[in-house]
Amino acid sequence: MRTPQPIPRDASQQARDAWATATSAPVTTEPASPPQQPNRSEKASRLGCVALEKSYRKGDLVIPVLRGVDLEVTSGEFLSVSGQSGSGKSTLLHVLGLLDAPNVGEVHCDGRRIDNLTEPKRDELRNQNFGFIFQSYHLLPELTLLENVVAPLAIRFSTLRWWSQRKAIHERASEIIEKVGLGHRIKHRPSELSGGEMQRAAIARALIGQPRVLLADEPTGNLDSATGQEIMALLASLNEVQQLTIIMVTHDERIACQAHRIVRLAEGRVETVNQAA
Amino acid sequence: MYKLQLCLRYLRTRWIAMASIVSVMLGVATMIVVNSVMAGFATEMRERIHGILADIVVETHTLDGDPDAAARMQEIQEVAGNYVEAMTATVEVYGMISFKYRGQVITRPVTLIGIDPETKGAVSPLVTNLTSFTSGRRMGLALEDDANIGCRVAGVLSGSSADTGGIHAGDRITGCNGTAVQDTRELASRLKNAVDQKAIELDIIRDGQPLTLELPVPRPTWNLTADAREHRRAIIELERRRLEWNQPQDIVPAGGTQAAPQPTPPDLNTPPGSQPSPLTPPPSFETIPPPARDFSTPGTPAPLGSDVADLSDPLPARVYLGAGLIEFPIEDKKTGEIRIERMVLSGEDVRITTVSAGRPPEPRHFTATVVDVFKSGMSEYDSNLVFCNLEELQQTRGMIDPSTGDRAVTSIQVKLKNFEDAETVVERLRAAFPAHIYSVRTWQQKQGPLLAAVELETGILNILLFLIITVAGFGILAIFYMIVVEKTRDIGILKALGASRRGIMSIFLGYGLALGVVGSGVGVLLGLVFVHYINQIEDGITWMLGRKVFDETIYYFPEIPTAVNPLTVGWVALGAIAIAVLASILPARRAAKLHPVQALRYE
Ligand SMILES: Nc1ncnc2c1ncn2[C@@H]1O[C@H](COP(=O)(O)OP(=O)(O)OP(=O)(O)O)[C@@H](O)[C@H]1O
Ligand SMILES: [Mg+2]
Repeated sequence: MRTPQPIPRDASQQARDAWATATSAPVTTEPASPPQQPNRSEKASRLGCVALEKSYRKGDLVIPVLRGVDLEVTSGEFLSVSGQSGSGKSTLLHVLGLLDAPNVGEVHCDGRRIDNLTEPKRDELRNQNFGFIFQSYHLLPELTLLENVVAPLAIRFSTLRWWSQRKAIHERASEIIEKVGLGHRIKHRPSELSGGEMQRAAIARALIGQPRVLLADEPTGNLDSATGQEIMALLASLNEVQQLTIIMVTHDERIACQAHRIVRLAEGRVETVNQAA
Repeated sequence: MYKLQLCLRYLRTRWIAMASIVSVMLGVATMIVVNSVMAGFATEMRERIHGILADIVVETHTLDGDPDAAARMQEIQEVAGNYVEAMTATVEVYGMISFKYRGQVITRPVTLIGIDPETKGAVSPLVTNLTSFTSGRRMGLALEDDANIGCRVAGVLSGSSADTGGIHAGDRITGCNGTAVQDTRELASRLKNAVDQKAIELDIIRDGQPLTLELPVPRPTWNLTADAREHRRAIIELERRRLEWNQPQDIVPAGGTQAAPQPTPPDLNTPPGSQPSPLTPPPSFETIPPPARDFSTPGTPAPLGSDVADLSDPLPARVYLGAGLIEFPIEDKKTGEIRIERMVLSGEDVRITTVSAGRPPEPRHFTATVVDVFKSGMSEYDSNLVFCNLEELQQTRGMIDPSTGDRAVTSIQVKLKNFEDAETVVERLRAAFPAHIYSVRTWQQKQGPLLAAVELETGILNILLFLIITVAGFGILAIFYMIVVEKTRDIGILKALGASRRGIMSIFLGYGLALGVVGSGVGVLLGLVFVHYINQIEDGITWMLGRKVFDETIYYFPEIPTAVNPLTVGWVALGAIAIAVLASILPARRAAKLHPVQALRYE
């Protein structure tokens, strides 16, 4: 395995502050880590939420989905969230990933509140620190696999910077695609891929921006158990090798128990916390 | 970066968007074509008006005119001499013209303009508006349509400019001033629009060999062409013989040789055997001798029945009649073809009534010989103007001071070396000439309302056509809305990947911009190509429908005139792009406002 090329992060400092102040080492100067050496092993970055409440309103009817969720993940942790359908797992993930805003409560990252940032800052933070994986893959149908994988960087960079660095970007993308085992499918459209391949592509896309936290919403939900296992193995190795923080939603017990810790949601509250093997 | 990429990708994969491109394209193309044709017509019309009116006109308010024209022209020369290229004095007055047509007397109101052809021709194109020139007669050419190619030279008058220019009978004329001509009508249009007023170039084919000959443009005169003379001779002879029949005792044939009393009344339709038919060119055209006398100094009357002067001598008063006064189209009952009927032919006499100068104005009558027919292509002029020799008009109206011999004129037309100086010259002349006696105007100011009407027409047409593009804009709006709905999930994905609202919005705005640019770009191209080949297209449609779409006998244009104004094209293209972008604002805003979670949940 070759040393991953460090991809320069966006120069804008504001979004990073949310993360960087708590840690002594600024992200930009992150050195090219040697293989096997996890990227952020020494950093105790934490993502968490306090007394999170979220409800949907349907006319006069208020549907509470989250009713006071406290959760914390430390850096390098592999957390799985399970619970019945409709218990609010996806909603929790969205709120943690800043895709949705909570009604009450706070989302913290490295001790800083991030849910009340302005929208452009939240967009930037999401681009740089979170990688999303969805149950139905959510690849862009018009783009090829390679273009899908580099999309987060395309969003991050201005056209000019993109062009000046497209070589490094493509190199890195090929590397990641190789790592998820799709090297022979680079030019294919999502419609020409199988479900497992699409999910691997989605994982590659989530990884290319060097996120701190991977948020996976039932990544194996649409796959058969063998393919699901392959995806799980990939996630587990990412967690182990790169010390990537992973929060994974699933209602499959066998999948859930492969994580370090299992959080069970019921009726919008954290019911039990299992320390997995 | 992703904005551009997705934008282009959507453009390539959404074929429905092509529908809106096509509508933008058609709108833009239509606007360019219509504007170019309108501008072409307007330019042509302005040229025609300009051709008749001269750059600047100094007029007296009164019909009595300025008593001393020479002094006034001297003054203009002093005030603005270095701008002036040529000047001519004219008398403009209202009048009536009467002539006999098939037994009835037709009277029409006219504007009588007394001109001196030499100086008037220097101020504005005169000879190219005369049908004797455009039919080739003035150059001594008898032309006829040839079924094969071009028009055939049926005869050449010996000693005429065509003869000295080297044209022979039997030649075929295939081109004029570098453009091909198919028939006599096209040749007439080409000759009329000859830009160079000095010489014309004719492409001919003689014995299968192409040749190019140059002929001098004849100078305008008050002389009759040879066949007009022949026609005149014939009708006078006819008239005289009729008089002889009615009152044989009163007429004493002076010569006694040619007009012996005849026992039977002469047949009105067949003139005496020795004379050629008045209405058709003589078959032996080539053998007609040139005019025996030069009539450059009109004034010697040719008394009827006198043996001293030639029978065909015109009267001292001579006129160019506007074609619209004496022509009307009639449809042939059998063939359905429309031909032009002329009520008066060159060489015949008409009666003119006008008012005298001085108080009170008194009616004055005189008889004048029609020397030529004037056809500018502006119906206002062609159905209203009668050009008359200046001296005769001045004499008839009593505008010549008996004591000093000074001749009065009502207007002085000025041609400038450079029309750009018109404003300065008008200002100077206005300062020099008292405003209560003279009005000084450029031709544009004189024709202000007409030009303004054309401009208004163009403006309204443009607004209407732009509404068509706006309709295309609504099409874009609808299609974009659909695309946004279709792409809802993708928008959610982009948001999850960190795309900002503005980024999402600019994808769709860029999409609209791209549609507008492509649509108006192709539209501009299409429009320009259409304008460029408009006459070929017209030919094609004519061929398909089997009847003329653009009849040059109605419009007087040899082909559809066009003028492409780059500024207009630019504005049309820009307007179309702006509409496309404006139409995409609403869908783009909707896309930007989509809640990421709801967009992701959307299936
Ligand atoms: N836009 C909305 N309006 C109203 N109710 C909503 C809305 N979105 C989600 N909900 C409700 O919120 C609850 C939680 O939804 P969520 O998707 O978080 O469940 P989940 O635990 O992920 O379920 P699953 O395991 O089936 O994915 C559900 O009962 C759902 O009906
Ligand atoms: Mg869910």
